[in-house]
Amino acid sequence: MTGLDNGARMYAVDPRRTSSAKFADLWLGLELGSDVALANTVANHIITKDLVNHEFIAHSTEGYEAFKESVSTYTLERGAALTGLPAEVIAEMAEAYATAEKAQILWTLGITEHHNAVDNVLALCNLALLTGHIGRWGSGLVPLRGQNNVQGGGDMGALPNKFPGFQNVTDDAHRAKFEAVYGVELPAEDGIHLTLMFEAMERGDITAAYVIGENPADSEADIQHARKMLSGLDLLVVQDIFMTRTAELADVVLPASVGWAECEGTVTSSERRVQRVRAAVPPPGEAWHDQDIIGELARRMGYDWGHPTSEDLWEELRSLSPLHGGMTYERLEAEGGLQWPCPDVDHPGSPFLHGWLWEDDLGGRGPAPFSTVEHAGPKEELTEQFPIRLTTGRSLDSYNTGVQSGGYDSPIRYGDALDINPADAARLELDDGERVLVSSPRGSVEMPIRFQPDIPVGLTFTTFHFPELVDINKLTNDAWDKRSGTAEFKAASIRIEKLPAETREQAAVVEPIAGA
Amino acid sequence: MTATDPNLTETAVTISVNGNDVAVPAGSSILDACTAAGIDTPTICYAENLTPVNACRVCVVEVENSRTLVPSCSRTAEEGMVVQTDSDRVRHSRKMVLEFLGSGVDLSQADEIAPWMETYGADPTRFGDDVETMNESVRIEDDLYVRDYDKCVLCYKCVEACGDDAQHTFAISMSGRGFGARIATEFDVTLPESACVYCGNCVAVCPTNALQFKTEFDLRKADNWREEDQSVTQTVCSYCGVGCNLELHTQDERIVKVTSPNDHSVTSGHLCIKGRFGWQYVHAGADD
Repeated sequence: MTGLDNGARMYAVDPRRTSSAKFADLWLGLELGSDVALANTVANHIITKDLVNHEFIAHSTEGYEAFKESVSTYTLERGAALTGLPAEVIAEMAEAYATAEKAQILWTLGITEHHNAVDNVLALCNLALLTGHIGRWGSGLVPLRGQNNVQGGGDMGALPNKFPGFQNVTDDAHRAKFEAVYGVELPAEDGIHLTLMFEAMERGDITAAYVIGENPADSEADIQHARKMLSGLDLLVVQDIFMTRTAELADVVLPASVGWAECEGTVTSSERRVQRVRAAVPPPGEAWHDQDIIGELARRMGYDWGHPTSEDLWEELRSLSPLHGGMTYERLEAEGGLQWPCPDVDHPGSPFLHGWLWEDDLGGRGPAPFSTVEHAGPKEELTEQFPIRLTTGRSLDSYNTGVQSGGYDSPIRYGDALDINPADAARLELDDGERVLVSSPRGSVEMPIRFQPDIPVGLTFTTFHFPELVDINKLTNDAWDKRSGTAEFKAASIRIEKLPAETREQAAVVEPIAGA
Repeated sequence: MTATDPNLTETAVTISVNGNDVAVPAGSSILDACTAAGIDTPTICYAENLTPVNACRVCVVEVENSRTLVPSCSRTAEEGMVVQTDSDRVRHSRKMVLEFLGSGVDLSQADEIAPWMETYGADPTRFGDDVETMNESVRIEDDLYVRDYDKCVLCYKCVEACGDDAQHTFAISMSGRGFGARIATEFDVTLPESACVYCGNCVAVCPTNALQFKTEFDLRKADNWREEDQSVTQTVCSYCGVGCNLELHTQDERIVKVTSPNDHSVTSGHLCIKGRFGWQYVHAGADD
């Protein structure tokens, strides 16, 4: 906001007129799922107007000619038709982005929770390569993370194909390094990610699961299918701080402690800043620290790891991950966190990642490739049966499945309502607050509607924070991007039907209880 | 490529404070220079993460060749400036400001102000018993924080934090004039009805506890708010990827309030509703 106060321009691209959009110079309320079409049209317009950074493209990128050809069909007229935006608005944003001294593209799950998520991201990367808005102070590509340690989880190797520090499971040299320190032989093949795990459960290839700090029985798309899979396992172990819906399905529940208030350790933010979390209060009752639970499991399986402190574990990580090599606990505390890469103790950390693109020898790397990507709308098309779009997301005061944010009484919480444009509601003869039946090809839920003029006609929105009130993931589409493993939470097709008169009244809003 | 903003250059200016030369980066305030010189300056409406509004006048200093006393928090240090922070004129002015504020406002929980009263020999009771007071009752409108305008010195910090210094919500502003001036929501509606988004940044900057976390209010009411038994632990909020630092104030192994360090680069002391108030699940079931 200080940036905006200082004169920065902001273009908000979102089907909904969000709070951020209200601070923007322009709100581009595009059709749900037309992100690639918009990015390609912006690219083509920048090329047509010759606002590209020729020097940067020649020095730092490859595949420009093919890319230029691929976006040439995305004229302003076609882009306008695909996105539903006025051509002159697309042109204005394209010119503003290309001619700005510094510019950033920031995005979050509205880009990545689509069946073509990776294409959406690549389309944005193309814009940065076209203009050179990358790897320089104040410019860049900024994916905003939704949790305090989703970045750190990946950095620490909580990915099926990576060891800590993004070292490859299939790389013999990387694996040998970890085998030497861990003292065991490690599998040489990539594992599988969450979405593939559910498919493996369906085939019967996975019969046991150990879930730590996640609530997939509420959070997965097409939730009825996910619950069926979890219920059908021979063994489900859940390690959590609450009896979540997933924990209720478990054979064994291991009570854990709150990572940021009851434990020592580190988390890594969106900007790759590693920071210390510290224990302020002891865990309640029989709850243990995650690392102690895992250590005890290992001991019972025949491996005695002793009782390492968080700092001991971090020191091991530092010895194995060059990205983190220079980050001692002492420095993390003294310097307010450090951004990786930080290879040695004299390294100041890295506020941005891709400065190498501007180095004479590209830091010894190859040029950054443009990608050719094509528009493909939501997997699920609108039909006569399901003529309305549903998209899901968060609200300011709540978080994910509400397990944590349900623990406090927020005066601005409006609950489980389906936001709908009053014009759509009028067409369907619905009143504000009326309970309705909402159905997608996968299931139905009853929920109240809320008139919301910031939602365009034809689109509806609700949060996923209140699964105990409305099982909204019964409706969401589990079609997923084969490259990222992410389901298309952001675009389903629904219909809205009136309920019989006696059930139409808005039920009293039931406040969720933490852990419910 | 440099890792810092190339536009940031640090040239130093040197000023004299109480006869000693002090060098500070260009653009620093006189207050910064006083701090650099190890001189404690009373402030009420100033905060390092807010733009100075010159409301309280308690930080005034004497600048050579200046007709009036100048607020040190907002006046930029200029090369060669000669500043006195402890002259009779400065001491007298600070004393009067503190006495006027203390006579009409309940400063019983203004822990930052109390020591200044002693330093300057301020005696707010010397105006007698029948002075006009704020005469407000505590407003309890939700479970997150209370407003007790009996304790409000109208320093504007909450307005700044709600407005363009941090939150950009503009839910509160000054209403009324003269002694009737009060901080208020639009048309003085209750907080839940107002534009407030409950970031609590106003509570964090309030110097007198006029804005107070409900947890603190309840513990004080039960005569169980014991700052001497509290400890503060710095950690990171769990609710998103920004990485806001939290200071968890704990008493009897329970979190009793959450603040954020003003000097941390990530959010300079500001939080959102989840970071400020979303911690309660940590103790879910503890009272069952």
